[in-house]
Amino acid sequence: MDEQANLREIFRKMCLIRYFELQVVEAVKSNLIPGPVYLSVGQEAISSTISTLTKNYAIFTQHRGHSVYLAYGGNMERLIDELLGRKTGCCGGMGGSPCVQDLDIHMYGHHGLIGENIPLATGYALSTGKPTVAYFGDAAAEEDYALTSFGFAATHSLPILYVCEDNNLSILTPIKDRRSWDVHKVTSAMGLMSAAIVDVPTVILNSAKELIMHLPAFINIKTCRHLWHVGVGVDEPPAYDRIAEMRNIVPNALKIEEEIQTCVKETWQRQLQKL
Amino acid sequence: MAKTVAETIKEITRQHLNDNNGLLFGQAIKAVGWVNNTVPDCRNIVEFPMSDVSNMGIACGAAIAGIRPIIVIRFQDFLWLNSSTLVNYAAKSKDILGSSTPIFVRALAQENAGCVHSGVLHSIFMHMPGFRICSPMTPKEYREAWDDFLSHDDPMIVSEHRTSFKNKDEFVNSDKEADLTIMPISAARFNINEALRLLDSEGIKCNVAHIMWLKPLKKEHLIASLSKSKAGLVIDATFEICSAARSIAYELMLETGKPVKALGLEDRSVGVSFESRNQTPSAEIVAAAAKGLLC
Repeated sequence: MDEQANLREIFRKMCLIRYFELQVVEAVKSNLIPGPVYLSVGQEAISSTISTLTKNYAIFTQHRGHSVYLAYGGNMERLIDELLGRKTGCCGGMGGSPCVQDLDIHMYGHHGLIGENIPLATGYALSTGKPTVAYFGDAAAEEDYALTSFGFAATHSLPILYVCEDNNLSILTPIKDRRSWDVHKVTSAMGLMSAAIVDVPTVILNSAKELIMHLPAFINIKTCRHLWHVGVGVDEPPAYDRIAEMRNIVPNALKIEEEIQTCVKETWQRQLQKL
Repeated sequence: MAKTVAETIKEITRQHLNDNNGLLFGQAIKAVGWVNNTVPDCRNIVEFPMSDVSNMGIACGAAIAGIRPIIVIRFQDFLWLNSSTLVNYAAKSKDILGSSTPIFVRALAQENAGCVHSGVLHSIFMHMPGFRICSPMTPKEYREAWDDFLSHDDPMIVSEHRTSFKNKDEFVNSDKEADLTIMPISAARFNINEALRLLDSEGIKCNVAHIMWLKPLKKEHLIASLSKSKAGLVIDATFEICSAARSIAYELMLETGKPVKALGLEDRSVGVSFESRNQTPSAEIVAAAAKGLLC
């Protein structure tokens, strides 16, 4: 795929996630969603880009996982039903927002305990030998079991890519108040090829292409969460918006965006009518 | 020649690792006596770092992939660290995510090994939905536990006790007309014969109904024995308070209308000194509790 086509695919995924989650915001405001929601608005570039390079990987995501689910082609109707607490949801309505899973795309869900998908993904990679990708946040990466898992992957040369979606916040506590060290420097010392970058899709593409040739690897990607840790609230305008930036790069961006927005809205409406 | 419990575990493990391409995880497996000689020297053994919390997560990740791993917890007290993924993921994954985490947790217990090596923790796991839990003390029971694990897709907690490892014998249940039915669990089962002798010498006739399956509780034989007795006594090798023994006693009492008492360790920490030991109820303690119940 040429670079333009690649960027177009990434942009489509970013829009899919953004407009899906804006529908979640509306659904929450209408009291249609029974549980807490964890949204990725602002962070879409990471899974949208990494997923284009890791299509056949087993996927382990964490509580903020709608973006990963959608980026890898998870079933949108079943995700909507899950958020609505229906038996037809991707987890039978039991888990809700933080526990999404779709085994059709080899995506394993999370139960809500921060970072525990990291050792699970590591064990999966060990026992199957299959390429595996684990997504988590900058706070999850601090968990003792996460750090040990990175080292275990290095010890056993596992085919796993660890992706840290670094929004700098543990709920609202910034990294500078939590630790004085960088995760990628620790993983590098453990023997994992490691990188620390920002969430510009072209930057992610270039870095991740190199890393997946040398698994196990770790990539820390600075990003910007637009909404609250949990729920749909906003504290202040975001520092930046990668979707807005992509509109200037991708040909026919507005047309693509409009198509996806319409498609997502219609899908939500269809599912809601089933109430 | 009859095999011991340890030899049975070893045989099952060898077959699983060699023939089923299974995995066995644990800390200090090969270098320290092969876990009381219950682990064979064969392929597919993964030595874990000394990182208990992550280790169970890694083993559960292997279980997700369907290889039915065995994880060895050398002392049950370490389960306090390991239990995070077990309780939060493995036990819940089938209900919450619709996919199972079949992992065989070999949790070893020991008597008189101090404050962090003497624990028997099966009761705390009984509290959580999603586990199958047993405490096999004979070769036949251990094989039954393994076969059960292979025929279900749930995580299984196997509450082992080193006291049983050299045992070759099978226990026999009885359901005659009696004063009391004694229902022992784990290492308590090895103290029963002496307790029976003491009680018999005082004219107290007892049935014995052994408990291997804790969850789901297999209770037909317990009820059959208890219904022919005046009372029951459930004895375990762990603390009595909030225990498996109390839970089972309560269930049996409701079902039969007979008084059933639980007996276990005292509600105080276990120490290494002789005075601070807090052991599985001895034959004398069992006999005293039985007499008190029948008064």
